[in-house]
Amino acid sequence: MKTIIIDPVTRIEGHAKITIDLNEDGSVEDARLHVTQYRGFEKFCEGKIYTDMPALTARTCGICPVSHVISSSKACDTLLSVTPPKAAINIRKIVNLAQIIQSHTLNFYHLSSPDFVYGFDAPKEDRNIFKLMQTHPKMAKDGIELRAFGQKIIESLAGKRIHPTGIIPGGVSNILEIEVKEKLLQEIPRAMKIAQNTLKYFKENLHKFQKEIDSFASFSSLFMAIVGEDGSLEHYDGVLRFIDSEGNVLNEAIDPQNYKEFIGEAVEDDSYLKSPYYKPLGYPQGMYRVGALARLNVATKCGTPLADEELKNFKALGRGKPVQNSFYYHYARIIEIIYGLEKIEQLLRDEDTLSENIVARGKINVSRGVGCSEAPRGTLFHDYQVDSNGIIEKVNLIIATGNNNLAMNAGVKQVAKAFIDPANITDGALNRVEAVIRCFDPCLSCSTHALGIVSSQIELRDHHKKIIKIFARN
Amino acid sequence: MIKQKVRVKSFKINDITVTGRSDQTLLEVAKEHNIFIPTLCYLEGLSCVGSCRLCLVEIKGAHELVPACTSKIKEDMEVITTSEKIDSHRKMILSMIFSERSHTCSVCEANGDCELQNKSVELQLDHSLVPYIDSRFAIDASHKNFVHDPNRCILCSRCVRVCSEIEGANAINIAGRGINSQIIHDMDDPWIDSQSCTSCGKCVYVCPTGALYEKEISKEDVITKREIIHNLLKSRAENE
Repeated sequence: MKTIIIDPVTRIEGHAKITIDLNEDGSVEDARLHVTQYRGFEKFCEGKIYTDMPALTARTCGICPVSHVISSSKACDTLLSVTPPKAAINIRKIVNLAQIIQSHTLNFYHLSSPDFVYGFDAPKEDRNIFKLMQTHPKMAKDGIELRAFGQKIIESLAGKRIHPTGIIPGGVSNILEIEVKEKLLQEIPRAMKIAQNTLKYFKENLHKFQKEIDSFASFSSLFMAIVGEDGSLEHYDGVLRFIDSEGNVLNEAIDPQNYKEFIGEAVEDDSYLKSPYYKPLGYPQGMYRVGALARLNVATKCGTPLADEELKNFKALGRGKPVQNSFYYHYARIIEIIYGLEKIEQLLRDEDTLSENIVARGKINVSRGVGCSEAPRGTLFHDYQVDSNGIIEKVNLIIATGNNNLAMNAGVKQVAKAFIDPANITDGALNRVEAVIRCFDPCLSCSTHALGIVSSQIELRDHHKKIIKIFARN
Repeated sequence: MIKQKVRVKSFKINDITVTGRSDQTLLEVAKEHNIFIPTLCYLEGLSCVGSCRLCLVEIKGAHELVPACTSKIKEDMEVITTSEKIDSHRKMILSMIFSERSHTCSVCEANGDCELQNKSVELQLDHSLVPYIDSRFAIDASHKNFVHDPNRCILCSRCVRVCSEIEGANAINIAGRGINSQIIHDMDDPWIDSQSCTSCGKCVYVCPTGALYEKEISKEDVITKREIIHNLLKSRAENE
């Protein structure tokens, strides 16, 4: 028996390794994703004052700091028992969507596109965005431009592209200037064109990846997402909804403040990433997926014309049931980019967004507050407990990627079984094992809120768990 | 009481001949002659305590460097305000200030408006020369308007001095020894329980870092309020 180790898992955010265990007859028995970094945000935030939390927790991530700032500020809103003014909510929503656009674009163009353009079996030295710049310069430029547009919106409305400071407990700190609004509105059509071209390219090439579609984490699971009151796609505020693999609604409207009644967190001994599960079904049967695929499965509509039109095509893939193939995360993300651009335009055009009333003041009124929003990778929870002066006593963070941990592990196993031939381990097969992780677009630095250790690999182990071969990518 | 006669004295700073009154400090005379000496705990209008040691200068013939803010001038003394030795001492002092507490600018209220941060730019200190101690102190957020975060305190004692010398309340003092020292209110009571504190906010406005800050205040307002205390100190000094 052998074990294959893929380390590092490449073109993802953060550091991880994969081990593939072979049994005595040489076939794949198990495969697991190990997140190899530890950071300890929940611990060192204790003793800090609540007003520091948005800025502090934003440092969990450089890709999706906005999500942390938003969930953190929402948790603080609850502690203060205040409702931010409409303008502040609109600005927060715009910034959140802008981040979803930039992050989804990053995954598609910068990380995953080489797989689509050159195929999963292409030489590994070609599978990167630099090669894409050489062979498909327009496509690479489009990706960079679309991502830059998302970042520009964040900078214009919240102060900084990375770790923005403009979102604070009770609201936001800067009003939306009319000139900024006009400038951003002018640039939306160009960004939309890129997004639509992306969708067109993806759909035209989808037929090439049927085997991957069938085997990349394609299985039954629950799905969780925030939805609006009318069941529409929502990223900022709403209720939590769980559906099963048949599309039945298990819980229609969970108040995010009560998430602990429905979500448990299991700890594995071989990974710093915890494994959340749906409590009523227990661990590990309560495996659920979050993120773009889950959001589009759970939501009944997007609420914007172009995205709704494409949502119909997406839903058709499931033939009346939720779409189970994780490969379609890529598809769902492109639809969300289109939705994000449409929604940002709507919110910018809303006259209330220009209001100068942007922050609600208050003092600590309750001792516990949960902030929940949809980050690019899924549902994010910030749960704070404070004393009467606002000093943090306890923090619990459930990060979007963490919600997908059980599903990612199941996906790695499924792909390893489908593609790894122990007699002839090809680079293409190993790339597919990594690519299934890429479907989920995990952010591992976030999910472990952990200290970075640069190392990831695929380990091949025999039935005594003895390492036979390590495939390192350093 | 016999009043000491004030005389005019001449001496050299960096080989430039300067004159000052005998009751003036080296720092005051240097400032009058536009000779720059970095300071941190010094604040015009308050007494000088020489706690930060950043204004260290060399006096020819002396064995040790001396703080310019507390050294009185002497006839014919020769002072050097900048040299390789002085610069390296200043950098080491600043490093030690940084390493004692948790000065994480990115999550600090004073970021962008912090004298300690500015000083590191001024002295070109891009990393600490000594390892961080990672000490942890409890934050006092009990006051209705203000927060005291000892993790950002450099023990300059400006707050102690302004409370005593300008407000006259004597609500703040320094307790403990060495790196465990911290400012306290009254008998180390929570700020809100202090009987002496008048909640005037002067301590907050003179704090060079984010150790004392006002709750729910924008950066623009902080800067405006700093001006208020500056003007107040100036007018008090003029009236004396």
